[in-house]
Amino acid sequence: MSAARQNRFNLFAAHAALILYTLIALFPVFVIVINSFKTRKAIFREPLALPDAESFSMIGYQTVLKQGDFFLYFQNSMIVTVGSLFFILLFGAMAAFALAEYRFKGNTLMGLYLALGIMIPIRIGTVAILEMMVQTGLVNTLWALILVYTAQGLPLAVFILSEFMRQVSDDLKNAGRIDGLSEYRIFFRLVLPLVRPAMATVAVFNMIPIWNDLWFPLILAPAEEVKTLTLGSQVFIGQFVTDWNAVLSALSLAILPVMALYVIFSRQLIRGITSGAVK
Amino acid sequence: MSDQHTRPKTRWHIAVFLAPAVLVYTAVMVYPLFNTLRLSLFTEIDQERVYVGLQNFKTLFNESVWSTQFWNALGNNFWFFIIHMLVQNPIGIALAAILSHPKLRFASFYRSAIFIPTILSFVIVGFAWKLILSPIWGIAPGMLDAIGLKSLYAPWLGKEAYALTTLSLVSVWQFVGIPMMLIYAALLSIPDEILEAAEVEGITGLSAFWKIKLPLILPSIGIISILTFVANFNAFDLIYAAQGALAGPDFSTDILGTFMYRTFFGFQLQLGDPHMGSTIASAMFAIILVGVCLYLFGIQSRMRRYQF
Repeated sequence: MSAARQNRFNLFAAHAALILYTLIALFPVFVIVINSFKTRKAIFREPLALPDAESFSMIGYQTVLKQGDFFLYFQNSMIVTVGSLFFILLFGAMAAFALAEYRFKGNTLMGLYLALGIMIPIRIGTVAILEMMVQTGLVNTLWALILVYTAQGLPLAVFILSEFMRQVSDDLKNAGRIDGLSEYRIFFRLVLPLVRPAMATVAVFNMIPIWNDLWFPLILAPAEEVKTLTLGSQVFIGQFVTDWNAVLSALSLAILPVMALYVIFSRQLIRGITSGAVK
Repeated sequence: MSDQHTRPKTRWHIAVFLAPAVLVYTAVMVYPLFNTLRLSLFTEIDQERVYVGLQNFKTLFNESVWSTQFWNALGNNFWFFIIHMLVQNPIGIALAAILSHPKLRFASFYRSAIFIPTILSFVIVGFAWKLILSPIWGIAPGMLDAIGLKSLYAPWLGKEAYALTTLSLVSVWQFVGIPMMLIYAALLSIPDEILEAAEVEGITGLSAFWKIKLPLILPSIGIISILTFVANFNAFDLIYAAQGALAGPDFSTDILGTFMYRTFFGFQLQLGDPHMGSTIASAMFAIILVGVCLYLFGIQSRMRRYQF
């Protein structure tokens, strides 16, 4: 059957195209990581070869761990990301519940007001944000970053979560009310557990941009003790630009945590994007 | 209140639920946004803030010290956007179309792998490509040599004529996963009956894509276009990580984000000027607003018709 052959040929072409693009997507990461385990000579002589017994070297990693305070940077990034996600999810879910559950004057208007921030990037307001952080003494603290990322993440969080909260059954909430639960308990005990998948989607959407952001750490928290991993590796690489071992190792170390997060959450992330949460 | 009989509790809880989000959003996002717009109408004379009306904008658009940089950054930014629209989105759509083939195996593996660059930070992406394209390391020239195209190699990031296009393509490489995922989702949501009906009519394969699927995913393409537009006119990190705040060589990769950063934060010998920085931010705000409005009132409302 020619149709079947045609089909098989199409599948073959599809695989070929996808493999080619996968190679393009992964090649730079691969080159960086393998070369970070090689001696300086081997990096230049055979850039595409895997490290072997002769060319293997950890000298780059030793420099990085000695010179840069990567554990501190990592810790800062963790605090900022987890803290921001906590506030985005808590405040976002609370506001989404209010908008989805109650009818009150200005409900639609409030929803629109909060939704405005989905399209307008918070970076536009950077000058005034910096001025405000200086005035309140929050400059060079992790709180400055947490506040900014929380504000930036809230609009989309409220939008997505309120869509999901509208689907929670009214009977359940009314049963809770008849049993004498307060509105707060209904929210925390009944509704929140039911929208956990949507909260995970929101968390995954926000996690990577927050972790990777360079702009706000650079402007609001450039001091050594509060540097995030992204800014820390940027500064480190800038200083060690001629030490190829150190640069490649620093890049690999910066790739590692994001890849770990991605492996853990990729299913959630892809499901979140493809479930139409952003449509 | 007169209706206290029907509502036994005053509904304070609504305010309690809304307050934290509204307060943080207003104080850290909306208020600074308007304050930045307001600051663009001021300037500093003898360490005092003085109201000057639209003078800063006149300076930005007309005075050659500022205007050459501004128009250069704006033009570069449009080129940056055009490359994304012409390269990133078609590749993303093509990959999604291939991935949505019903009999394709390993689809989720390909999807996850192609999405990896999107999760990496600009610092990693910028430096990784800088090293790979570097003439010192020789990976790019070596690979071109292997396929007999060594003469095509040039230190692209160091040449004024190529640097911006090269960085745009690096950014395309990084973000192709986003249009791919969104279009993939849109393609999956096309009802099977429509495709089967087309098959009965003899429309399959490529012509089914062009005649049936593409019109149906136009709304998603619209969303991707506006997301790309906002992200591009707000971009900064990749250029900064790869070329520094001076967006070299000779400002050929300068876009509005890097220009604003240099202006308001100061760089090397240049002192920071928050008021001119606010002026540039206001111009960026206006551009993004025009883009979003064009999308909402022009494109999106027209596309609704295709959805049925």
